[in-house]
Amino acid sequence: MTALSLKNLDIFYGEAHITHDVNLEIADGESFALVGESGSGKSTVLKAIAGLAPEWSGEINVFGKPRSHGIDRAFSRQCQMVFQDPYGSLHPRKTVDATLGEALTIHGIGDRSARIEEVMSSVGLDRKFRFRFPHQLSGGQRQRVAIARALMLKPKVLLLDEPTSALDVSVQAEILNLLKRLRQEQNLTFLMVTHNLPVVSFLCDRLAVMRQGRIVEVADVADLKRGDLKDPYSRELMQISAAHAN
Amino acid sequence: MKPLLEIENLRVTFPTPRGDLEVVRGLSFTLGRERLGIVGESGSGKSMTGRSILKLVRAPGKVTADKLTFDGIDLLTRSERQMRPIRGARISMVMQDPKFSLNPVMTIGEQIAEALLTHQRLPRREVNNRVLTMLESVRIADPERVAKLYPHEVSGGMGQRVMIAMMLIPEPDLLIADEPTSALDVSVQAQVLDIIDELVKRKGMGLIFISHDLNLVSSYCDRILVMNTGEVVEECQAGELMNAKHPYTRGLIASIPRLDETRTELPVLDRSAWAKK
Repeated sequence: MTALSLKNLDIFYGEAHITHDVNLEIADGESFALVGESGSGKSTVLKAIAGLAPEWSGEINVFGKPRSHGIDRAFSRQCQMVFQDPYGSLHPRKTVDATLGEALTIHGIGDRSARIEEVMSSVGLDRKFRFRFPHQLSGGQRQRVAIARALMLKPKVLLLDEPTSALDVSVQAEILNLLKRLRQEQNLTFLMVTHNLPVVSFLCDRLAVMRQGRIVEVADVADLKRGDLKDPYSRELMQISAAHAN
Repeated sequence: MKPLLEIENLRVTFPTPRGDLEVVRGLSFTLGRERLGIVGESGSGKSMTGRSILKLVRAPGKVTADKLTFDGIDLLTRSERQMRPIRGARISMVMQDPKFSLNPVMTIGEQIAEALLTHQRLPRREVNNRVLTMLESVRIADPERVAKLYPHEVSGGMGQRVMIAMMLIPEPDLLIADEPTSALDVSVQAQVLDIIDELVKRKGMGLIFISHDLNLVSSYCDRILVMNTGEVVEECQAGELMNAKHPYTRGLIASIPRLDETRTELPVLDRSAWAKK
């Protein structure tokens, strides 16, 4: 079954035409990566899906249901986003408890305390952190809170916008392991934006390479591992990554 | 040849309600005109090491050392006023994020010229020429146009190149680059580092490259110090990083995913194993 499908998606910021004719089909339970350099429009695609870039034309469907252009509560129960920078994405004056509970309040879901504790334990945060503020947490712990927040409504699809690029390599490994485990346990579908190809290789099944608002290639991660991408631009990205690896 | 920088037993401490916290604990190294990488996680004291060389650690932080000399100058006894001719002109520092380090209300050309004019008097025409040549040498295609732009009008990669231009125009002897590319894309990263590398080699400068990215450091430096909780745990030649012995270094290397990744889980550092105290 298709978890997320984009058809002829064109996204605009005012006059600026950001993406052209983006088509993607992501299966239920799949982990899919969008890669490309800054300005290629990869994050904008996530924003449009999440409802943060409302000026788009085309179709966005989640489990067969089209997404509206406005705020869509049924949609947010299915699909949640994790942002890049855990230092910027958590409200500095809200405790972890308030951050995690907010989604429950908005959606009128009870059983708050039990749900918060459940999600915190699933992302590996000790109970003692529940009433702390973001500045009392490390970067890795904050990113765990951001992931926990996205999981509060038990969504099926997670949109991940460079979830580890602001973190140290050692902490990155912890978060990547966490994401991998969560995906297995809760049968989540991932759409991840990144420019780090080794991360794609670790966490994803398929990838799409974007350049200047267009998808230039969709490939299996097995192709990436074998160094078998076809488009010249994808090969260039791959070579840069390989050159850095050793 | 006399070393450019000599550091012995450097300590940086910050007072906390629970007693002094030592973030750099007895660091010693000497640096010639070579490229030294300092690697470690956040909180390992690597940035504080860079800052204490320029005496940029602010009160209440305290820097002590048995020896801290740069080109025969004892930096420890220098006053703020005496540090000024050294900062920028002799030792300069490229910061992490161009968005926060460039002055948003000055054009790029003016900012680069300022870096030069702070240290020497020059006729306006020559200043202009030097700014444009400098922009060219950091591979900015049309320097005349870019010099007239404000920082918000350029991309992150270009902003970082502007910073490098600004730091190198007074022709310092030592460049400290503190995570110069972590705010940038992989593709732009390589470009920016190549520029630093080329300029450092051409001018025969010393470079201290501070980063948490082991791969980057090993491909752009000659020698590497690995820091953990304020101490150097391992020192090695860049080419031999993959044969590192200390469990912390090995842990860091193992936790990096590879392009042809086959592991189902990445090994995670067990911090309790070698944390003293």
